[in-house]
Amino acid sequence: MISAKNLSLRAGTFTMADASFDVPANGYAILMGRTGTGKTTILEALCGLIRPLGGSIHLAGIDVTRLKPGERDIGYVPQDRALFNTMSVYDNLAFALRVRRQSADVVDQRVNDLAELLRIGALLNRLPQGLSGGESQRVALGRALAARPSVLLLDEPLSALDDQSRSEMHALLRSVREKTGVTTLHVTHHLEDAAELADQVLMVQNGAIVAANVNSRDLSRLQGV
Amino acid sequence: MSLTRAEPHRTATRHRLGSDVPFVLALLVIGGFYILLILSMLLADVSFLSPVVTAGTFLHQPLWSIRQMVFSAVAPLQSRELRYALKLSMISCSITAILSLYVAVPLGYLLSRFQFPLKGLVDVVLDIPIVLPPLVIGLSLLILFQTPIGRAIDKRLPMTYAVPGVILAQFSVACAFAVRTMRVTFDQLNPRTEQVAMTLGCSRFQAFWRVTLPESRRGVLTAGTLAWARALGEFGPILVFSGATRMRTEVLPTSVFLELSVGNLEAAVGVSMLMVVAAVAVLLIVRFAGSQASLSGGVRP
Repeated sequence: MISAKNLSLRAGTFTMADASFDVPANGYAILMGRTGTGKTTILEALCGLIRPLGGSIHLAGIDVTRLKPGERDIGYVPQDRALFNTMSVYDNLAFALRVRRQSADVVDQRVNDLAELLRIGALLNRLPQGLSGGESQRVALGRALAARPSVLLLDEPLSALDDQSRSEMHALLRSVREKTGVTTLHVTHHLEDAAELADQVLMVQNGAIVAANVNSRDLSRLQGV
Repeated sequence: MSLTRAEPHRTATRHRLGSDVPFVLALLVIGGFYILLILSMLLADVSFLSPVVTAGTFLHQPLWSIRQMVFSAVAPLQSRELRYALKLSMISCSITAILSLYVAVPLGYLLSRFQFPLKGLVDVVLDIPIVLPPLVIGLSLLILFQTPIGRAIDKRLPMTYAVPGVILAQFSVACAFAVRTMRVTFDQLNPRTEQVAMTLGCSRFQAFWRVTLPESRRGVLTAGTLAWARALGEFGPILVFSGATRMRTEVLPTSVFLELSVGNLEAAVGVSMLMVVAAVAVLLIVRFAGSQASLSGGVRP
């Protein structure tokens, strides 16, 4: 579950005051909005990378407003993926588990499970440099899921992909949701992602977050941007 | 129909570009002048020491000429004093490089990632050793060690006119270059990877240690090399702060100065060549060690 109450944020020129929204446990919410409306800033606040001016954030029933990013039990995939370039794909996937001092056997088992789920078994020994957009997106997703977070935060995960990879990733995200039941907040400006994946659509509008319908005119207008 | 009619008109007004060759040639000529200057200086040194090597022999028998260069460079090592100076130079430069990294990595990271009061002032302070005449730094160090605190330190760890002073004098200048390099390195690294590491369970230190530091390896290597090279060439501060005592505080630049001051031009050039060989050797080793293959150590066996 993701629950933001009266959230006030400021980052650069972006400000948001008293925004509230809820994503139920195991839900898949899409957060839409025009470029520059602060979607990434909202994700950063949920991650704990920026501190809100006011309000509270509950993740999986716990008040995380004052917790550090590493204490929030989240998986975060930033827009640029930000893979660890000095580590192999295997080490990227194993990262969160090794930080938690899991035994090598547990790490190995989990990495192999993830590689199978995300179909990246053949890439485990590769370095992130040289991976295709779709491949590196899967690795970033696997890295975020490794420690079995209760909340998954995706920032434009499909933005740089071609049509073929997009529909593959749609299928993959659906199967991830089916198998892990992780509560997901997915930031995008593609209406297609909302139609394919979401059971809830949120929209950032004039510094507020409002619920929207996939078929609503507001969203169609967004798509035209 | 209309398309075919439009075609001749389009061809007539097509924007035409000249050749790129003159531009590239200009780059080569302007840049080449400087490279030629460096090579000519070195060649002049060599032909001064071993007159058999000329530009002609260098072009026709490069290997033989390089061997002559190395011979003339190691010739001064027959002197015990110069062997000591070489040893002191190598050891003190290496210690300076390590100490500089020890300071530059945390300071560069701090300046790159955090905003704090008086940051602009700290930046200016860090530029002082870079812009100040080296002699002034030596003088300032000398005066610092005349203060009560300086004297107290000097009593426990002899600085003035002693080997630790040589290292301190080198460090005072070289470290500023290492800090600048590390700051630029961290500035160029995507802070997002560090942030992702923090969301994956790392503390800020763990994220730095596990992600940012490995990503900055090339910068660390460059900063270390730069500090080492700066330290090797350091002369003014060492002369003022540590003196030029043979078999004690004499480093290679001091040797050049001492030999020159007694009119022994050949020995001075010999020691200079020794420094060239030492510097080139270190640069080559670092280049090789820092090559892509050895740096991409993330691949699992």
